[in-house]
Amino acid sequence: MNIGVKTNAKGGRLRRLFADPRNYQISVLSSLILLGLFRYGLHLPWWHVAGCVGATLTTQFAADKVIKRPFDPRSPLISALSLTLLLRTGSVTLSIAAGVIAIASKYLIRWRGKHIFNPANFGLVLLSLTFGAAWISPGQWGQATLFALLLLALGGVVTGKAKRWDVSLSLLGFYAALVFGRAVWLGDPLAIPIHQMQSGALLIFAFFMISDPKTTPDSRFGRVLFAGLVATVGFSIQFLLFNAAGIILALILCAPLVPFIDHLFPSGRYQWPTQFSLSRKSVTGDSHETLTPAE
Amino acid sequence: MKLSHLLSSAFAFGFIATASSANAFCGFYVAKAGTDLFNESSKVALVRDGDRTVITMANDYQGDLTEFAMVIPVPTAIKREQVHISDPALLKHLDAYTAPRLVEYFDDDPCAPQVMYEAMRSSTDVVVMTGTRQRAKSLGVTIEDEFTVGEYDIQLLSATQSDGLMTYLDENGYQVPIGANRILGSYIKQDMKFFIAKVNLEEQSKTGNEYLRPIAVAFESPKFMLPIRLGTLNARGDQDLFVYALTREGQVETTNYRTQKIPTGQELPVYIKDNFPDFYKSMYATSAKRDGGHGVFMEYAWDMGWCDPCAADPLSREELQELGVFWLPDSQNKPMPRGRRIMPQAQNVFVTRLHVRYDAKSFPEDLKFKTTGNKENYQGRYVLRHAYEGEMKCEAATDYKIAVNKRKDEEVKALANLTSWDRAEIWSDIEEAGVGKKFTITYKGDDRGPTWWKDIWGDK
Repeated sequence: MNIGVKTNAKGGRLRRLFADPRNYQISVLSSLILLGLFRYGLHLPWWHVAGCVGATLTTQFAADKVIKRPFDPRSPLISALSLTLLLRTGSVTLSIAAGVIAIASKYLIRWRGKHIFNPANFGLVLLSLTFGAAWISPGQWGQATLFALLLLALGGVVTGKAKRWDVSLSLLGFYAALVFGRAVWLGDPLAIPIHQMQSGALLIFAFFMISDPKTTPDSRFGRVLFAGLVATVGFSIQFLLFNAAGIILALILCAPLVPFIDHLFPSGRYQWPTQFSLSRKSVTGDSHETLTPAE
Repeated sequence: MKLSHLLSSAFAFGFIATASSANAFCGFYVAKAGTDLFNESSKVALVRDGDRTVITMANDYQGDLTEFAMVIPVPTAIKREQVHISDPALLKHLDAYTAPRLVEYFDDDPCAPQVMYEAMRSSTDVVVMTGTRQRAKSLGVTIEDEFTVGEYDIQLLSATQSDGLMTYLDENGYQVPIGANRILGSYIKQDMKFFIAKVNLEEQSKTGNEYLRPIAVAFESPKFMLPIRLGTLNARGDQDLFVYALTREGQVETTNYRTQKIPTGQELPVYIKDNFPDFYKSMYATSAKRDGGHGVFMEYAWDMGWCDPCAADPLSREELQELGVFWLPDSQNKPMPRGRRIMPQAQNVFVTRLHVRYDAKSFPEDLKFKTTGNKENYQGRYVLRHAYEGEMKCEAATDYKIAVNKRKDEEVKALANLTSWDRAEIWSDIEEAGVGKKFTITYKGDDRGPTWWKDIWGDK
């Protein structure tokens, strides 16, 4: 009996901890970083991580002060972790710059109370296009991570923590249709598109970048449409312009269309389920657009 | 003799080698010459900046020259003036400069003080490839250009469908295996052209060379890739490919496969000096095995202006130019300083050596590359530390010997971990080699064991 009660209590605490998808995302992204460090020999000095995390937190904190809004560290933390995972640079200054630019974009580039760009995506693309000393390594995750990633991601879908799993899965669906279609047209063996779908960078992008509830369209139909758009643009950049980071570039290119999609297919705006507080009490996000996420 | 060709594994990305593709590969030498290391491998230098590529393909083909033939898919049409016959010494030099290296350090007499000195060595080599002849239009094959450069007769083909191309190749003496049809079809749809070369025996005899020289091709295309699929068709097992990428900005990595770094910096038992090729081969295999048996490994990444330690001098300005580095500033032909440690020279060339081990299954897709802004230097470097073997007459000697023995344990552990060799076997090899054995420690007064208590209560 006692054991049962204890388990329930634990389950309750866990449920509360993961009630907000951001907590789940933070734990998964951190695990991926550790995996990268210890299993994949990712060259990631701690001061880069610290610099980037510090930059996003400080920027968010300062901006929240200015617009007088309660500060929540989770969204900037997610942005920082995503940047750390995908942006490669030898310069800590650029890591910090990426963090500042990512968060600043949330406050500066807005349309009807919603920010346009996924912050980490914005920082990532801007930095890698502007500075030679910062780049994206689409191959760094190889293929072997697939299972781990899928497990984590599907775990999120199943438990309903990744609120925007529809956009992730439709992106992968559209992208798969395109690469398999290409293979059939070329007469290539299916091993090739399977290999292409196993790209760790693609999966991280699908589950942890494009799935940001705040920058995807509000309606489900809009999100599926958006995923199709990003997949098509990304595929074109990758296979017609031969840029391996195609899908990441596609998101920044398609993001400005989200307001139009929202206009055409309106739906309720997403709110994070919990407000950050030091007490354990869960509060539903107050009014419109109170909390702004990273991912 | 009519050309009778077979696709073979010989040329990693080019292909269509003849039946007997005897590859010579001389390995990494530590002091002695001669061991074959990676015996079925290809060597390619890739100079890349913006959309411009200059590719130099080594040619160590040693079979019957009438059977030599090579077909390489290329992203764009190529004209006569874009093809150049290069000097084989260039790739050899590039290979030697970037090869994994052994460094030796010698302990000083613990009873007398300090100086340090290092030495090292290495080298490598590789490969083979192959060629073709004509008919045309009715098969949907267009001979875009046809010319002789050096000892090679070269054709540039474009095709509208793979059957026609297959027939064309077949009529010209190539036995192209079945699977090639699909792959050629895929390349045709991707708008690739086919660069076909065979040996012009008359021209070859004029050169007076026994060997075939490397072919260099310059072209402009956003595609930064190496076609490896044709080469895997008839491959017998794994293939090794060495890519030496020269860029202005920094390291080159693969975008559709993970580029990993080869383990480096470990201290190894000194007997490895005479077994470096064996060691390196086992270590590479073990590293690859940990990743499923195949992979892309970075063995060297360095600013071409210098090296430390140098396995060979950096390439000179002239050599770089010959390899196709087109962005060298117009300077007054300053010769590179020679010597064991070259100080930084503004060459503005960064070299990355990638060692790819692959087969058709683990590498279904052609290799795609990307230049990054990463200018971090990296090298596969292994350290031998020789213990002081002379007579030692002082108190410190015992401590020194204990420390050295401990170090040797660590070295054996490291070696076993890197190569998957058995530790007991390593110890017996050390015993057999007679170098780098542990010290037998004799303590004063003949009793065994450490004497740390003497430090407490004094030696009475």
